[in-house]
Amino acid sequence: MATSAATRPQDTDIPEAVVVRFAGDSGDGMQLTGGQFTLSTALAGNDLATFPDFPAEIRAPQGTLFGVSAFQINFGSREINTAGDAPDVLVAMNPAALKVNIAALKPGGLVIIDTGEFTKRNLDKAKYDVSPLDDGSLAKWDVLAFDISALTIEAVKPFGLGNKDALRSKNMWTLGLALWMFDRPRDPVHDWLRAKFKNKPDIANANIAALDAGHAYGETAELSGPIKQLHLPPVDSAPGLYRTITGAEAISLGLVAGAQLAELPMFFGGYPITPASAILHHLARLKEFGVTTFQAEDEIAAICAAIGASYAGQLGVTSSSGPGIALKTEAMGLAIMTELPLVIVNSQRGGPSTGLPTKTEQSDLYQAVYGRNGDAPMPVVSCSSPSDAFECAIEACRIAVEYMTPVMLLTDGYIANAAEPWAVPDPASYTPFPAKFLQEKNGGDTLLPYKRDAKGARPWIKPGTPDLMHRIGGIEKQVDTGHIDYAPDNHQAMTDARVSKVLGVTIPDQEVALGQPGGKLAVVGWGSTFGPIHQAVRRSRAKGLDVSHIHVRHIWPLPKNLGELLHSYDNVLVPEMNTGQFKTVLRDQYLVDAQPLTKTSGQPFAIAELETAIGRFFDGIEGNEGGEVSVNDTQLPSPELDA
Amino acid sequence: MNAPVKFETTLKDWETDQEVRWCPGCGDYAILKAVQRTLPQLGANPANTVFISGIGCSSRFPYYMESYGFHTIHGRAPALATGVKLANPELDIWLVTGDGDGLSIGGNHMMHVLRRNVNIQIMLFNNEIYGLTKGQASPTSREGTKSPSTPLGSYDRPANPCAFALGSGARFVGRGFDVSKNLPDVLKAAHAHQGAAFIEIFQNCIVYNKDVFEDFAAPKGAEDRQLWLVPGEPMLFAKGTKGIALDTQKLALTVVDVAGDNWQDAGVLVHDATNRSLAHLLVEMPFGPFPMALGVLYDDPRPTFETAVIEERARSSAGKDANLAKLLAKGQTWTVEEKAQQSDGHPA
Ligand code: SF4
Repeated sequence: MATSAATRPQDTDIPEAVVVRFAGDSGDGMQLTGGQFTLSTALAGNDLATFPDFPAEIRAPQGTLFGVSAFQINFGSREINTAGDAPDVLVAMNPAALKVNIAALKPGGLVIIDTGEFTKRNLDKAKYDVSPLDDGSLAKWDVLAFDISALTIEAVKPFGLGNKDALRSKNMWTLGLALWMFDRPRDPVHDWLRAKFKNKPDIANANIAALDAGHAYGETAELSGPIKQLHLPPVDSAPGLYRTITGAEAISLGLVAGAQLAELPMFFGGYPITPASAILHHLARLKEFGVTTFQAEDEIAAICAAIGASYAGQLGVTSSSGPGIALKTEAMGLAIMTELPLVIVNSQRGGPSTGLPTKTEQSDLYQAVYGRNGDAPMPVVSCSSPSDAFECAIEACRIAVEYMTPVMLLTDGYIANAAEPWAVPDPASYTPFPAKFLQEKNGGDTLLPYKRDAKGARPWIKPGTPDLMHRIGGIEKQVDTGHIDYAPDNHQAMTDARVSKVLGVTIPDQEVALGQPGGKLAVVGWGSTFGPIHQAVRRSRAKGLDVSHIHVRHIWPLPKNLGELLHSYDNVLVPEMNTGQFKTVLRDQYLVDAQPLTKTSGQPFAIAELETAIGRFFDGIEGNEGGEVSVNDTQLPSPELDA
Repeated sequence: MNAPVKFETTLKDWETDQEVRWCPGCGDYAILKAVQRTLPQLGANPANTVFISGIGCSSRFPYYMESYGFHTIHGRAPALATGVKLANPELDIWLVTGDGDGLSIGGNHMMHVLRRNVNIQIMLFNNEIYGLTKGQASPTSREGTKSPSTPLGSYDRPANPCAFALGSGARFVGRGFDVSKNLPDVLKAAHAHQGAAFIEIFQNCIVYNKDVFEDFAAPKGAEDRQLWLVPGEPMLFAKGTKGIALDTQKLALTVVDVAGDNWQDAGVLVHDATNRSLAHLLVEMPFGPFPMALGVLYDDPRPTFETAVIEERARSSAGKDANLAKLLAKGQTWTVEEKAQQSDGHPA
């Protein structure tokens, strides 16, 4: 059984997956370390998932508990869906990083500590009265404590850097050690360092020296016994070309692909906000694809400029996070009223108000589905992983263009920053949905800007087209002519038309991600909870529990068969990183007794939490272990299931 | 300027079949006519012309113009127009806004459209009141304005639209008023200007703020109270008997008497529309001790925003291959080979 596979690197058996967390001060470069380790891992052919977790402060005071930045990666030779519940290996670059992260480490796990940072001052900042290295509090873990700082300074000595600069290479030293531990090649990191410090060869060489020194240290240390090298064979994945991708990259690429499939230039209006800015940054470098990026004066201007561009015949896109989306709300109503295509990306974060800018949450679902004045229906699509974000972005573009409507694309902070391997798709495999522009009058002698096609969409009329001059705006439009019309019957007819257009959007039927229609329990998720739900359901099924996983991409309109599907189960459990928003929608739409499982800690669900929750539905049933998860277990599927 | 080919139209061609719904006697009617009269003179093409407005009485304007039109949301017309212009720089865009729309709820966007220098014409109808919402004091209402929201008289100091525009970086600042026969000339100068052209148009709200501009706009005695600025011409008014000179000690403008044609002896300034310092003095010149400065106060073009955007896009795309398949496969990749013998791996 995979569940019995040991995961501690120091055990002789080769585990099928390992979870490593790099933690240090925000100035220590842990995100870079994690990013490079991820790339090496991907190149080695392992499946992986990552979870970067960093503070909101750009330069939090050094050594403090709130300044700790961490990067967790779960990788292995089996399919990986989550960043892992608990690390097997923790790298703690200072006392604060140890304090914040040690509790998560599995008992018996390995903690690597830089003793060079365990000064009285740093211990005080981390609120340690006694050094944890001395008081026996780390007894249940394997501790590998040595002076990484001093070793780094030693390694980069030939390059004549001052101590402060030399210590900057500490993260590379640590990365070198990690690469050795998991038998990863150093070449890609060498290449990356040379490219990054193209104009500063000394810095590049110093970092390379630190990396090599860390690597060499591993070899030596192995000889003396504390750590062992582990080689995880590649995952058995479908043949093809792969790369790693983060959600923010995938959204950007998906939008570019969507615009190409629509045969339109893209206009992106954005305003800096965490964690959505990454999309603006990516697109700003893709101008050769007919992309215009516009950093507006505020969120409202960003969406209004995008609406203006759509009006003029481009694919308008805007992006933000909850607070910014709130500001854009009135303009979304304008896009709904004027029936112009628009994609609005919401990278959700913890709220309300400023909330938790760098932490993830799914609490903007009500905002997406319901949060506008008037009856303002809008399609909502949600991404479940970084690679899924590419598909969803294309889907959002398609709906926007085919139905002349704004579309909300929901992602979240976790997806935006997390990386995973991605089977590079062939753009030619997607069906194009070319935009059509009206070229001549569509009502005999008259122009009817609001005459609808079979899908309920009005024609797209570019200003500049001869003879098709007309006026649009936010005031209620007359059926067909688009003239101002406040008449009661007209408003009724137009409200109905807007609602039925959106409800009529063609989307695929809902499939069951794991399990089968009907049975004791369906766990229904949406967005970035895919990974933990999938693994929890997989593990529960391995224990013989009758539970299925349904993951909904189309939040509005909902898939036509979803109601019937949900009613085919005795129980429906809806885990969400909010207080139960999708649960409310499902209850409202289907009168189904959907049970919430909510979490708003700013952290993704752990598999164990979900498994426990699933177990409660099976209390008293033979074979049910009540959701207890062995601490040595990673999120691996059971082999019986795969056979 | 965006219509290289002169298009033949008449005033009638610019009228729509929609019933105009401003109050009878509203200054908006005169402005509408002035614009409809000006466009044929510019050779403008209705299919290439877009009127974009926000919310307010003035913002109904696009419905009455037989061109493309977009009646947007309160205060946001400059942002929307920026998107339209970037998407299609060939379009000739006129923005219609008011004192509340453009300087209160939309003040931020107004500042940015001006500093970015998007090549559009911005007509701000200043009636010093909120008309559509039934008469509340606006950001340009004079101190002491009695209104439903300020029953004892307003006590916040009014904004000066032209000073705001200049301070925001506008490269064209013009001024006119609804019934003035000179308004089309100001509009034409604005249209000729490459870049954001800001025009403050005093407009009489006959219902809620009747005749507040009468002190200078009334035909009787107009020549004593209006200073029409023409580039290259001396700043004379009151039939040439008075002029504007610079008090170099105080660095301030001053009114001087002119004897006969000897305006030069009196030190009367010649209007230089490219002189930004002078423009600052003119927009701040208080009416009362001075005549109302009208016409083209400032006109000194700079490269436009959309030109910069297009150039940047070209620079950023130069030598790059817009191949989506290649883009998707960018960075470090690895290939998983087809296995000779398929393992009984997990389901897809
Ligand atoms: S309220 Fe004033 S500004 Fe509005 S239409 Fe009537 S007169 Fe004109």
